[in-house]
Amino acid sequence: MNGLKWTYEVDGSDFTRAGEASSNVKKNLRKLGVSPEVIRKVSIALYEGEINMVIHANGGKIDVEMTPEKIDMVLADTGKGIPDIEQAMQEGWSTAPDEVRSLGFGAGMGLPNMKKYSDEMRIESTVGVGTTVYMTVYIK
Amino acid sequence: MQEFFHSVTLDRDKCMGCINCIKRCPTEAIRVRNKKAYIIKERCIDCGECIRVCPHHAKRAIYDSLDVVNQFEYVIALPAPSFMAQFNNLEDVDIVLNALLDFGFHEVYEVAKAAEIVSAATRILMKEGNLPRPVISSACPAVTRLIRVRFPGLIDHILPLLAPVEVAARISKREAAKKTGLPPEKIGTVFISPCPAKVTATKMPLGTEKSAVDAVIAVSEIYPKLVSVMKDTAAHPMQPLTEAGKIGLSWGSSSGECSGILNDNYLAADGIENVIRVLEDLEDEKFRDVDFIELNACSGGCVGGVLNVENPYVAKTKLYRIRKHLPVSLNHIDAVSSEMMWDTPLEYVPVLKLDEDVWTAMEKMAKVDEICATLEGLDCGSCGAPSCRALAEDVVRGLASADDCIFRYKSNITHLLDDLHKLENYIPAPFRPETGEEEKKEE
Ligand SMILES: Nc1ncnc2c1ncn2[C@@H]1O[C@H](COP(=O)(O)OP(=O)(O)OP(=O)(O)O)[C@@H](O)[C@H]1O
Ligand code: SF4
Ligand SMILES: [Mg+2]
Repeated sequence: MNGLKWTYEVDGSDFTRAGEASSNVKKNLRKLGVSPEVIRKVSIALYEGEINMVIHANGGKIDVEMTPEKIDMVLADTGKGIPDIEQAMQEGWSTAPDEVRSLGFGAGMGLPNMKKYSDEMRIESTVGVGTTVYMTVYIK
Repeated sequence: MQEFFHSVTLDRDKCMGCINCIKRCPTEAIRVRNKKAYIIKERCIDCGECIRVCPHHAKRAIYDSLDVVNQFEYVIALPAPSFMAQFNNLEDVDIVLNALLDFGFHEVYEVAKAAEIVSAATRILMKEGNLPRPVISSACPAVTRLIRVRFPGLIDHILPLLAPVEVAARISKREAAKKTGLPPEKIGTVFISPCPAKVTATKMPLGTEKSAVDAVIAVSEIYPKLVSVMKDTAAHPMQPLTEAGKIGLSWGSSSGECSGILNDNYLAADGIENVIRVLEDLEDEKFRDVDFIELNACSGGCVGGVLNVENPYVAKTKLYRIRKHLPVSLNHIDAVSSEMMWDTPLEYVPVLKLDEDVWTAMEKMAKVDEICATLEGLDCGSCGAPSCRALAEDVVRGLASADDCIFRYKSNITHLLDDLHKLENYIPAPFRPETGEEEKKEE
C-alpha cells in the first residue's frame, strides 16, 4: 500500500455543504489515531481552503493523500484565479462580496490561516483559468 | 480503577432486537447480536438517547433504590435544580424541600445553591484568564465523556471545576460532619437525578478519583412518593430552607449556566446532535469571540433528562415562573477553593481508533473502504450495525462478517443457486451422450 487517498468534489453552489470534505478527513484521521494537534491543523487549513473554493471559485476538487509521514492536500478549481497572490496572502485582504460578509466570512484571514496551520503551502493561479493550492502537514 | 461502569443498561427480556437504538446512538456504541441489543461499553457516554428512543422500554438506567435513605445515620438530599420544575402549581421551592425532610431525609442541600457557587467560581477563573478560550462547561457528564472519546483537541477547554452536585455533596457532608459529630461514612449524600449520566458520574467520576455523592436516586422514582407526602407538608408550618436564587435554579434548563457567567459572549447548545455540531465547529476554530460554551446532552437542558417526569418544555416554563421573584444569586465567594477544582486531569480515550500503529490503521481503513464499496449503501441496520460503514469497520476489527449484510447474504445465495443450476445442467464426459463430433475428430 502506498498511502490513503480521499477525493472530494466541492459543490460551489451549495454553501451549506461547504466543510464536508474537512469534516470527513477529520473523522478519518481520528480513526487512524493521528494526533489531535495534526488533526486540528489539517482540518482548519482544509476548511478554509474549501470555503474559498465555494466563495471565490464556484467549487472544485480536493485530493488528500496520506502516508504515515505526512498529509498532502491539493485543492484545485477552475474559477476566476488570483491576480496577485502576494496581496491575497496578506491578512485582511479580501474581495468577498457583501452577502458573504454578512455570513461572517470575508475577513481576509483564510489564506493566512492556511499558511499558518500547514507546514508547507504553495499556490498556483492563472487569471481566468483557475487556482490550485498545495498544502502539506507533517505527522511527525 | 474500574474503567467502564454504565448506568445505561439493557433489559434483555424486553429487547426485541430492533434497530431504533443502534441508529440513534451518537457514538455508534450499540450493535444487535443474537436478536438483542448489545452496548459496547468503551464507547457509551450514558447520554440516555437509547432510553428515550426505545419503544419497548428495554433500555433503562441503573440507580439506587429509595431504601438508601435508611442506610445512613444522617442522610442529606441533594435535589437537582430541574427537580423543582416537575411539580404543578409550585410557587415556592420550600414546599419541595420540606417535603424531602418529611419523606425521611435529615437535611436538604440544594444543588442549585452549589450551582451558584460554581457560577461564581467560573467567573473568578475566567477573569484570571488562564483558561483556553472558549471555556466549555463541565457540568453535563455525557458531554464531557463525549469530548473525551471524540474531541481530544478540546479537552483543554473544559472548565476544570466539579459539577454542582459534586460540590454540593462535598460541602454538605463536611458541614454535616461538623454539626453532628458523626464520621463522614455515617453521613449519606443522596442525589435526586434527572439522568443516568449523573449516576455514572458518581460511580466513575471524571476530574476526581472519588465522588462525594454516596447514592443517586431517580426523579421518576421519588416523585410520586413525594407528591403524596407534600399534601401533609403543606398543612404544617414549614421551615424556610431555600438558599438559591435565580442563577442556581436556571441551571436546570439550557443556557441557565451561561446566565451565571454574567457575560454576553456565550453560546448554549442542547440536544446531543446539536452538541456534536458545535464541538465539530469548535474543533475547527469556527467560533471567534465566544468566551463560554454551555452544552447539554438533553434537549432543553437537564429538564430534558430521561429520568425526569415532566415534559421538558413545560418544565422549562415552570422553572421560569418559580425563579421570577427570586433574587439573582444568594451565594458569593471570594476565591475558588481546591475543594471545587478537578484534581485528576481528563485524558483522551481513543476508542474509535482502528489501530495503535498508523500504518496498520491505514491498511485497515483501506480494507474498510474496500468492504464498504461492496455493500449496498442503504444503512438499513439489518446487519446489527448502525451503518454500512460501521459494519465494514466491525469486519476489519474482527467483530463481524461482511456476510452479516442481508443483501450480501441474499446475493451469495443467488450465486450459489446459479452455480447449482450450472452444475445440474452439466453432464460429466463419461455420461455425456455422443454428439458425433468425437468420431469426426478420430478420422
Ligand atoms: N480559490 C480562489 N479563487 C479565486 N480567488 C481566491 C481563491 N482563494 C482566495 N482568493 C482571493 O484571495 C482573497 C483572500 O482570501 P482569504 O481566504 O485570505 O480571505 P477571504 O476568503 O476573502 O476571507 P475569509 O477567508 O477570512 O473569510 C479572497 O478575497 C479572494 O479574492
Ligand atoms: S443535560 Fe443534564 S440531564 Fe441531560 S445528560 Fe446532561 S446532565 Fe444529565
Ligand atoms: Mg477565505
